[in-house]
Amino acid sequence: MIELSHVSRTFGAFRAVDDISVSIPSGQIVGLLGPNGAGKTTTMRMITGFLAPSGGSISIDGMNIAEEPVAIKRKIGYMPESAPLYSDMIVDDYLRYVAAMQGVDADAKVASLANVCGLTEVMHKNIGELSRGYKQRVGLAHALMQDPEILILDEPTSGLDPNQIIEVRNLIKEIGRTRTVIVSTHILGEVEMICDRVIIISKGKIVADGPTEEIRGHFGHYTTLRLTVGGCTRDELVHLLGSVRGIGALRDANPVYIRGEAAPVSLMLSVEGDEELRPAIFRLIADRGWTLYELAVQTSSLEEVFRALTVDAATGTGTSNEEVV
Amino acid sequence: MKTTVPALRHSAQRPRVATVIMKRELAAYFSGPIAYIVTGLFLLFSGILFFSAFFLQDRAELRRFFDNLPILLSFFIPALTMRLFSEEKRSGTIETLMTLPVTELDVVWGKFVAAWISAVAMLVPTLSYVVTVALFGNPDPGPIVGGYLGALFLCAAFSAIGLFASSVTKNQIIAFFITFGISIVVSTMDVFLIFLPGSIVDFLAYFSASAHFGSIARGIIDTRDLLYFVSVTLLFLVLTVEVEQRERR
Repeated sequence: MIELSHVSRTFGAFRAVDDISVSIPSGQIVGLLGPNGAGKTTTMRMITGFLAPSGGSISIDGMNIAEEPVAIKRKIGYMPESAPLYSDMIVDDYLRYVAAMQGVDADAKVASLANVCGLTEVMHKNIGELSRGYKQRVGLAHALMQDPEILILDEPTSGLDPNQIIEVRNLIKEIGRTRTVIVSTHILGEVEMICDRVIIISKGKIVADGPTEEIRGHFGHYTTLRLTVGGCTRDELVHLLGSVRGIGALRDANPVYIRGEAAPVSLMLSVEGDEELRPAIFRLIADRGWTLYELAVQTSSLEEVFRALTVDAATGTGTSNEEVV
Repeated sequence: MKTTVPALRHSAQRPRVATVIMKRELAAYFSGPIAYIVTGLFLLFSGILFFSAFFLQDRAELRRFFDNLPILLSFFIPALTMRLFSEEKRSGTIETLMTLPVTELDVVWGKFVAAWISAVAMLVPTLSYVVTVALFGNPDPGPIVGGYLGALFLCAAFSAIGLFASSVTKNQIIAFFITFGISIVVSTMDVFLIFLPGSIVDFLAYFSASAHFGSIARGIIDTRDLLYFVSVTLLFLVLTVEVEQRERR
């Protein structure tokens, strides 16, 4: 059980984390979601004891982090963002060093971790020479060394290629079966895929917290569809879509180049409610004899929730959430 | 709840954690080229001092070497210690280190002992000077034993200063010059004391590393001289722990 009560952290005049209270029971996979600079890393650094809170208190299994930092650090496996590791060390030596630091039998543990994290082929390479994906996996092995009850991973998939992302996500899911995992990310799809619970942070405050499904449901279903049609004008298309119930706002999307089509029309449609509108839209367009090039769900419902919440919290200060997508 | 068990387990493991850190530091130092460059250069410069006395003045003793040792170490020890914390802070590995089950004291002590051993390792080849003077003359063993004993203390004090300087900056060059600055001042201040009125000379002389080292290197083991080096070492180690704890706050 991880308990944060009224936790704040300031850096000079800047409030990175502002009065966060949250409790995470054992066995949950929690996604910490927020735009860059929202306070995710600072929150994680406070839970792992790397930073002390400026206000409030953090306790893990009833132990206060300010009083028993070493006992708490022993419970936590932590991988900081971009996995900073000694680049002049060989992977095998590094993992043996971590085993010694954790008081774990290196001979037994290092080999099995190398297997779990897919490191067997790079064990005798310098960490500095590893690709980003392998480095991240060494970081994961570092975090898993003492079989921690709690695993905290800061942006574990950032900078990985799509295959590596899938591997790391599966690994996290696998690990999360038996322990508490806190993952920070700014990729919404990731949270939907691996997390039981979502905590959305914006400007250092919690703006939403609940089971992934509930968060999505609670804030209503908003889906954005991207539609590209050829053989008609924009006005004709807008007029036609006006007859479909459930379509909210329409806006122009970035146009696409389509070979042999002079002026395809691209639109973004906001859809309210759960109803699947794509069959109806498809039939209407087909009946007119127009050509349908694109009809795809552009942003998931959680993404809409996220946008709404983080933009609201910014109260029009013009914070860009572009990077979020 | 098994809350007391990890705490107990750790208290027994504390020296072990510092030892693991020390071994990693030493492995990093000796597996790179810096150790051999620094040791080689040290041998060259100390060799010039020793052999100029040995051949030109025809004296079978190490006095000239020991007289200049504080100044020599003021140049070389910063090169050994500048990396210790600065590099961890620059590359971010300080975060993976500090979130392992360690205290600031474990880390500072482990790194300090590693620096001290590296500094002493630099002095080992100079034992060849002892062999040389023993072969060609009949040196008084007192100043030689005293000189090396004093050198151990001097290395400890300068290593602690270097560790502290490394903890206050991400920049290794700045860490080097802070260490060099403090070390060269305490090594050469007795030269400048002549210009000051007698009343403050006695007070300031206490801070002179070369004066304390000089008396040990004459073969006179006075607890006040040893106490000076122990206090300087502990002072800078405590300051380093304090800096590291402040980083968390």
